[in-house]
Amino acid sequence: MNRYPLWKYLLIIVTVVVAVLYTLPNLFGESPAVQISSARATVKVDPALQERVVDIATKAGFAPDAVLTDENSVKLRFKDTDTQLKVKDAVQTALGDDYSVALNLVPQTPAWLVRLGGKPMALGLDLRGGVHFLLEVDMDAAVSKSLDKTAGEVRRQLRDKAIRYGKIDRQRDSVVVQLRDAQTVDDAANALRKGFPNLAVTPSKDANNYSVSLTFTPASLAQLKSDAVKQNVTTLHNRVNELGVAEPVIQQQGEGRIVVELPGVQDTSKAKDILGRTATLEVRLVDDDQSHIQAALAGNPPDDTVLMSDRGRNGQSSPILVRKDVELTGDNINDAQPAFDEQGQPAVSITLDSPGATIFRQLTHDNVNKRMAMILVEKGKGEVVTAPVIRGEIGGGRVQISGAMTPDQARDTALLLRAGSLAAPMNIVEERTVGPSLGKENIERGFESTMYGFLAIAVFMMIYYRVFGVSSAIALIANLMFLLALLSMLGVTLTLPGIAAIALTLGMAIDSNVLINERVREELRNGMTPHMSIQNGYAHAFATILDSNVTTLIAGLALLIFGSGAIRGFAWVHCIGIITSMYSAVFVSRGLINLFYGYRRRLSSLAV
Amino acid sequence: MIEFFHVKRDIPFMSYGKITTAISLVTFLLAVFFLVHKGLNLGVEFTGGTVVELQYSQSVDLNQVRTKVDALKYGDAQVQALGTTRDIMVRLPNIKGKTSAQLSNDVLDTLKQERPDVQIRKVEFIGPSVGDELVSHGLTAITLVCLGIIVYLSVRFEWRFAVSAIIANMHDVIIILGFFAFFQWEFTLTVLAAVLAVLGYSVNESVVVFDRIRENFRKPNMRGRDVPQIIDNAITATMSRTIITHGSTEVMVLSMLIFGGAALHGFATALTIGILFGIYSSVLVASPLLLMFGVTRENMIKPVKVKQEAVV
Repeated sequence: MNRYPLWKYLLIIVTVVVAVLYTLPNLFGESPAVQISSARATVKVDPALQERVVDIATKAGFAPDAVLTDENSVKLRFKDTDTQLKVKDAVQTALGDDYSVALNLVPQTPAWLVRLGGKPMALGLDLRGGVHFLLEVDMDAAVSKSLDKTAGEVRRQLRDKAIRYGKIDRQRDSVVVQLRDAQTVDDAANALRKGFPNLAVTPSKDANNYSVSLTFTPASLAQLKSDAVKQNVTTLHNRVNELGVAEPVIQQQGEGRIVVELPGVQDTSKAKDILGRTATLEVRLVDDDQSHIQAALAGNPPDDTVLMSDRGRNGQSSPILVRKDVELTGDNINDAQPAFDEQGQPAVSITLDSPGATIFRQLTHDNVNKRMAMILVEKGKGEVVTAPVIRGEIGGGRVQISGAMTPDQARDTALLLRAGSLAAPMNIVEERTVGPSLGKENIERGFESTMYGFLAIAVFMMIYYRVFGVSSAIALIANLMFLLALLSMLGVTLTLPGIAAIALTLGMAIDSNVLINERVREELRNGMTPHMSIQNGYAHAFATILDSNVTTLIAGLALLIFGSGAIRGFAWVHCIGIITSMYSAVFVSRGLINLFYGYRRRLSSLAV
Repeated sequence: MIEFFHVKRDIPFMSYGKITTAISLVTFLLAVFFLVHKGLNLGVEFTGGTVVELQYSQSVDLNQVRTKVDALKYGDAQVQALGTTRDIMVRLPNIKGKTSAQLSNDVLDTLKQERPDVQIRKVEFIGPSVGDELVSHGLTAITLVCLGIIVYLSVRFEWRFAVSAIIANMHDVIIILGFFAFFQWEFTLTVLAAVLAVLGYSVNESVVVFDRIRENFRKPNMRGRDVPQIIDNAITATMSRTIITHGSTEVMVLSMLIFGGAALHGFATALTIGILFGIYSSVLVASPLLLMFGVTRENMIKPVKVKQEAVV
């Protein structure tokens, strides 16, 4: 009686050893590092780069403690954040725009632990400092933008098929093409159905209204919205990479929301500026007809044109009349770099992708001696950057735009064009900035409160329940390690509510042991033999432990499902903690008691 | 053997039923009154707005800061101390056309004019739509927890147990909320998490007592006793465990309250109240309710399982 078979002892030993191994990485802490990664696909991270950055750091007077290289980045580890910041600046200046240089924290986990797959828990923003944004995608704008694009496509397709069309009208939720007669309506409808399989094409053949209208089907609308969010996530990724942030989190949340977490970033305004900008480029033709311009200045521009302002070279803006039809958008941009034009003015040099290059060649071929406008659209407002006269066909897909801009503006514009445009503008609905010192304090406080609470409980248990109390305290330590190990293995991000949950779980886990110990005492009081008391005490307590843990688990699961952000962190720890506490309080503590008492033949009393 | 709570004879808890129920009812109604009358001081997560936490390197006069912030004319701005005389929190409503970064910078700039030793520790901005969602999610979570617990306890015990436990539980939750309303403590998302944790925790307590009641019903040597005596015995037998367990959890929570700093303060406070009332309600609310619902031995023991004892 009261002896475990060997395999149970072995199971306990193995689980405890595994728990210790995977808890260990959390004890080594992290040190500040500078992370250098490539900002462009063409620039590789190689040993030469490693040598170069180490050289730069050493020359600046700060030799790194350690150098870690993986496929995509080189990390230099330093003792303190001061050095880290100085080296970052030095490296940034020396390497230039080809590399993104970011601040990071590198775990000091020894190599043999890393080989076993041990890694410390990731820390949430509230513990390490940084910025958290919740962005909401403006779906109406996404639909509207897509309709704009559709209108342009319709025109191009009808022109290709040589179908004569009248006005192409972009209405609130549809695009309507005016046509001449019933025959062209059929032709156009057929052509457009082929060209736009996702849209609903409705021909109309009233005597005085021959037209075809294109609208989104519910399915394509849903697709459009989900694509808009996906494209925004991708674009945000690109932009954040350009910002040089280590380990950013960019995730879709719910239907139309995106979470962005930038650990370590303190300058929110710069981050927000870059994230929220919807800059894209549009190429349109300029209407230089004097009578049109006069009409437009008087307040009634011709239907297919719009009056914009031209950011002149001298910094003064002047009105310019451009056509509404968009010939080319920023979606066709492959790469954009800041540059200088022939006159030494800051410029942005753009490389188009192959469809873009084709369209651009056609455009310049068809419109020699006319002017085209390069329009930078930001937050729904377009501004003509430059409007050069087309001298001849331009092939090769290389375009340079220069207007009145400072080198900084040129660099930002290039960054935004390169990172891709957002499918729809976004609003920030939630924002949180946590300073690094606050994060550090939160960790210390969370740790201290858990430690003191734990010590108080353990000491009390050992005095009050003696041998059984010692086994309970050991089981509680085991529980803590199981919990930490599982959290580390699962890659759960630790937040302050998470630490609170660890403390609370420990406080609640002792309940199971108290139940058992009290039960054993009661059995003894009822005149059972010591061995029978252990046996019955554990058996009777188990039903109660199970019931009470399941009800607690129900609450934990509800939190996990309905909680968001910080609450989720709490719920994860809470749920996992309930499960580990069942294992350690019942199985591990029994193992200890069995080991201590189970092999004594004549047992006259229990220290409980 | 050290024993704090060894009681030789059962304490007749059930005979105090009327008094304890009356006390519960009064505290409950008071809590509801304060909830309705004063309302919860909802945190920025729920109401939307911007919270800026600032730290001075030397202690600062709150009134001074308040005057400065009011001078910005951002509507209903609140300035509070955060534990120390150096840490302050400024809460601002959402203002159209101003981002939270602008708002926080405005506040910082204004405060810096007077005292350059101030720095921003934390900025939190929540848009108006998010708050409504949180409220609805919070309520859904509470409903779901209640349903889940009722179903589980109905299966494991009986509906009377399930309903008594959940009423005792909601009693605890309402009283926590009542405290937060009365003192106008800030009700944040972490406090909500604590409330939900209490919901699970306090049921746990009722379950332990119920478990013992069920066991007593089945025990041969309890056959001669009536239902109130059986419940009294169950409560007395589990009392030592109740107090030690809750004491341990409370030690942990107090440790959070003392060492956890401002960030854990609300969480620990809610739990402290929850644990104290949890003990009380599971013993003195859930069990009298059980009696009131008319629980009998037959409810717990299926007739088939009752072994016929030979009457000699």
